[in-house]
Amino acid sequence: MIKESRRRSSPARRRQIVEAYLYLSPWLIGYLALTFIPVLLSVYYSFTSYDVISRERWIGAQNYIDAFTRDDQFWPSLGKTAYYAAVTIPVGVAGSLLLAIFLNVRARGTSVFRTLFFMPSLIPIVASTVLWFWLLQPDWGPINRLIFNTTGVIAPRWFQDPSWAIPALISLALWSSVGGTRMVIFLAGLQGVSAELYDAAKVDGAGAMARFRHVTLPMLTPTIFFNLILGIIGALQVFTSALVATEGGPAYATWFYALHIYKEAFQYFNMGYASALAWLFATLVIVLTWVQMRLARSWVYYDGEK
Amino acid sequence: MAIQSVAATGSATHARAGARRRATILWLTYAALTICGILFCFPFLWTIATSLKTGIETRQIPPQFLPEIVQWQNYVKVWSAQPLTRWFTNSLIVVGLSVPGAVLTATLVAYSFARFEFPLRNFWFMVMLSTLMLPYEVTLIPQYIIYQKFFGWVNTFWPLIIPSWVGGGAFTIFLLRQFLMTIPRDLDDAARVDGANSFQILWSVLVPLCRPALATVAILQFLREWNDFLGPFVYLNDPKKFTMSLGLRFFQTLPESTMEPQTHLLMTATVLMSVPAILLFFSFQRYFVQGIVMSGLKG
Repeated sequence: MIKESRRRSSPARRRQIVEAYLYLSPWLIGYLALTFIPVLLSVYYSFTSYDVISRERWIGAQNYIDAFTRDDQFWPSLGKTAYYAAVTIPVGVAGSLLLAIFLNVRARGTSVFRTLFFMPSLIPIVASTVLWFWLLQPDWGPINRLIFNTTGVIAPRWFQDPSWAIPALISLALWSSVGGTRMVIFLAGLQGVSAELYDAAKVDGAGAMARFRHVTLPMLTPTIFFNLILGIIGALQVFTSALVATEGGPAYATWFYALHIYKEAFQYFNMGYASALAWLFATLVIVLTWVQMRLARSWVYYDGEK
Repeated sequence: MAIQSVAATGSATHARAGARRRATILWLTYAALTICGILFCFPFLWTIATSLKTGIETRQIPPQFLPEIVQWQNYVKVWSAQPLTRWFTNSLIVVGLSVPGAVLTATLVAYSFARFEFPLRNFWFMVMLSTLMLPYEVTLIPQYIIYQKFFGWVNTFWPLIIPSWVGGGAFTIFLLRQFLMTIPRDLDDAARVDGANSFQILWSVLVPLCRPALATVAILQFLREWNDFLGPFVYLNDPKKFTMSLGLRFFQTLPESTMEPQTHLLMTATVLMSVPAILLFFSFQRYFVQGIVMSGLKG
């Protein structure tokens, strides 16, 4: 106790605090200027009508009411985002896990494969979208040509067909993310499972499938959970690929929620309304993450006291 | 008993059967990996092949994977086209001014979180982590208004560079802090006894030990800036100021001329944009994987 209070008042201690805040200051300044103040402004704007040029005008909760009642694209864009996320997240996470399991065998050449699978995730998103757009070009793109030449089937018109545009974007997302950092994280998780557990299971007579189900999977649940949370946030914010490939079309087929916010803000300059849309989105993301955290208690296994 | 004796007499054949089974599994794994690997690489390989074709070859029926004659001049043509060199340079400027800032300031901030005790430390740390949960859509609009109204920075690189100089994002700081925590404090104490001040401890004791983590952070920041589309898309509207990601999209949206297809040149630009990211990754791959694993990302 005495030591504590003496330490607190000593000049050396004060010096230490000053130094600590000095090192912290870049982030602190950035947080205030680029996050804290913008968040406050954003809350305020969401209750106004604001087009940047003229002064903002307070309109109460009107923006929020409009979103639910008068905006033609609000519910559809949410629905499309949900569709995209509902396929991309489970398939993507399961795909990464499966690849990691294959790559986890101790055999020569796996590092070459790891690099091969990692490659697509290194291609910048705009570049991979341009690439995919050309690959799935309906008339002379290689995929449809190959399908036609080998089977005679006329493949869908992908980005030009409202019902195939989202699947096309999903395939792009899966291609560029399945072998990426998510897989590396799974691989690290797999290598962290102690060999003793496997040996113990073997002694108990567990086969390969049983070992996977009762040892690997439970030990990996924290990693799966981590990747799931990142996956949800990433998939819900889908923007660049949809903008570059189709700009929300055809016929609003890929008009995702983030795109809707962008268009309202920077094309129609409805900054107030777009802020309200952004807050509705933030609420959704936070609620979803919270629900995931609650659900995690029943299926995520933490080793030891953690 | 019976089982034991069977096991004893049959152990040799058993072991052979086991080895054969293991070999089969290994070969099956290789086969599956090879098929997946080809599928994964096929799009990019086809892109590279297309970037070396003539415009007419890109519309050939049936499609040929390899060009008749390799058209290296496509690269010269695209590279010497004025806007592309400019966009490439712009991207390099943005990245070159961002990455050092992020690495430097994130190190300082992580140092303060990892090694100092100060009032509100845990509070600030939680605040920092909570920013990870906040979708960028919320801050994008007010940030734009601040940059535009107060600084007049629309159509400049500042809005793309500044965020890197204030810690480079919560994730970067978190990664470095986790890494710093794994370095024993005895090293700091020893240096302190020798009369080093806190900055000297950071600079000459901790930073050299953090190299894998610093390399990871630098690569991640490079990729983030190089690939960034939304930032440039919101802030830059003068084609002279475009970065590669905007330029590539600009190139794609140009109307097709009826004379000759431009696909091969578009693919050339696509490859050119991907090359720096891929090269960087391969040169630091060892550090990168080590950095991700060691920073405790796994759980």
